[in-house]
Amino acid sequence: MEALIALSVGLLTACGIYLLLRGRTFPVVLGITLLSYAVNLFLFVMGRLSIGVPAILEPNRTDYADPLPQALVLTAIVIGFGMTAFVVVLALRARADLGNDHVDGREP
Amino acid sequence: MTDLGNHVVIAPILVPLLTGTLLVLLRGSATPLRRTISMLGIQLLLAASLWLLLQVANGDLLVYQLGSWAAPYGIVLVADRLSAAMVMVTSVLALFAMMHAIQGSDRRGRQYHVLFQFLLMGLNGAFLTGDLFNLFVFFEILLIASYGMLLHGGGAARSKAGLHYVVVNLVGSSLFLFAVGTLYGVLGTLNMADLALRVAALPPEEVGLVRAAALLLFVVFALKAALVPLHLWLPGAYSAAGPASVALFAIMTKVGGYSILRVYSLIFGAEAGPLANLVEPWLLVLGLLTIIVGTIGVLASRNLALLVAYLVVISSGSILTAFGLGSQAALSAGLYYSFQSALVTAALFMLTENVARTRGAFADQLRAGPMLPAANLLGGLFLVLALAVAGVPPLSGFIGKVLIIQASLDTPAIAWIMAIVLSTSLLTLMALARAGSTLFFKTDTNAGAATLPDTANLVPVAAVAVISLLYVVFASPIYSYTEAAAAQLLSPADYIEAVLDAETQASDETRLDSKTLIEGETTPDGMALPSHAGGH
Repeated sequence: MEALIALSVGLLTACGIYLLLRGRTFPVVLGITLLSYAVNLFLFVMGRLSIGVPAILEPNRTDYADPLPQALVLTAIVIGFGMTAFVVVLALRARADLGNDHVDGREP
Repeated sequence: MTDLGNHVVIAPILVPLLTGTLLVLLRGSATPLRRTISMLGIQLLLAASLWLLLQVANGDLLVYQLGSWAAPYGIVLVADRLSAAMVMVTSVLALFAMMHAIQGSDRRGRQYHVLFQFLLMGLNGAFLTGDLFNLFVFFEILLIASYGMLLHGGGAARSKAGLHYVVVNLVGSSLFLFAVGTLYGVLGTLNMADLALRVAALPPEEVGLVRAAALLLFVVFALKAALVPLHLWLPGAYSAAGPASVALFAIMTKVGGYSILRVYSLIFGAEAGPLANLVEPWLLVLGLLTIIVGTIGVLASRNLALLVAYLVVISSGSILTAFGLGSQAALSAGLYYSFQSALVTAALFMLTENVARTRGAFADQLRAGPMLPAANLLGGLFLVLALAVAGVPPLSGFIGKVLIIQASLDTPAIAWIMAIVLSTSLLTLMALARAGSTLFFKTDTNAGAATLPDTANLVPVAAVAVISLLYVVFASPIYSYTEAAAAQLLSPADYIEAVLDAETQASDETRLDSKTLIEGETTPDGMALPSHAGGH
């Protein structure tokens, strides 16, 4: 399970970085999205993987899922979502202002 | 709880938040009304910052527990000498930037005042927070406001620079989260004081992982502080941004510097065991390289805005060089330098706008243009600010640089620091002299006529020039303050004790109940580790 999650985070990060380094705005936006997925998954598993345990403290239970990473990942998702929306609009604006979708504003 | 004085720590965050919210609600109203509210908000913030500064000036650490949750569980705001001074500088800078903006440049976009207030909120929050994840959140607040402010006014150049700036910072934010996640996964806490304790007691098998996370965090802060080789976003973004926005951006690189200073003196400071003084050797080398690269940029700039943007890079390099030396005198010199350089570079950005407006189509390009009718006034202000930024006596940059060199006297790096700081100062002075003579003396008779500058627009620039002089006159009290701030930074034990031993302000029974419930889960040795930490 841990290995699978670690591989997923690694694969998402690798794809994200590859796409970030592309020359057009659309792949770059996709790259940012993949990178933020990787981050969210990574943050979430920082509370360790556990199955079937509650995220709240109960008097006669000793095991519980750490709720803090869940709160952190929620914050990160909200911020990441807002930023993605912003960068999409900005990419469209740049496309309109500059006449092409290359990140440097001119065709190579 | 009834004492209002307890809440002064959160005032620099709440005042811009409430002002900004009010301005969102008033978005359809007349411009003078919004300007008045925005200005009043900043004046209130200035008063709150001054109050906070006076409260911590005697060395007290003010700890504010949000929601009255005690330290490792709740989020705390901490005001010490350093953070109060940074908040104060931000407020002063905000006042001048707003004085400049309300002369007309705030009307080029719709939500300028809202973004301005939220940027202030993010800046003050980043300076005051005592929690690593909260620092991330305040970084995001200030960044998203700065994205809007960078694009304020629109245009192709801003769209292009904005896209680069936003993408670079989004990647930076991702790295921040990776670093924070790793630190939490290993150490089980995000409170900075608690992190410091855990790092000091780190078992050897975890050292590598924590070192990786700490260096990743350093990359993020170095990106914000524009340290070589992560400075490439800055010149493009700052020279493309409108003057009303960029005046406040001058403090944003200082947030990166502040975070480096805070995290690597508190968590990875001298008492961090195997991870002690983790980034200091890096800081010194990278800081000096940043000064060199910035100077090359200054020499190569073809317009004044780009030149001033590279001056920001140089000042960032100088500050981090001083921080890299690590001694109390060096930290104190770096702080002294950073307060004045934020104000002076902001004033230069505002002056650039005034010069560009009078020169018509020539804007701020460094080539012979029309004869300026008010060359004495504009040129005089440029002279004062240029001398201050290059470090010529008797202005503020001079004392800052002397202090940095003095602090390096008995270190092995003295030869490098002296050679680089002095020669780059000379080159900067040459570049500024060339720029000034091109702008104010050289005229092209075919270039048409220049317009008169609006004198009201020059008031904030002149005010900063006067402050730069006052900064020298009052160098002794300011330096003793920064020295005390540096001493406070170098004894993190006081900070840790103040944060973790702060009396919980909760009075209601339920809060205390939930607190005892959590404490019931602590491990026998008293460390409140979440159940997984250490158990893998």
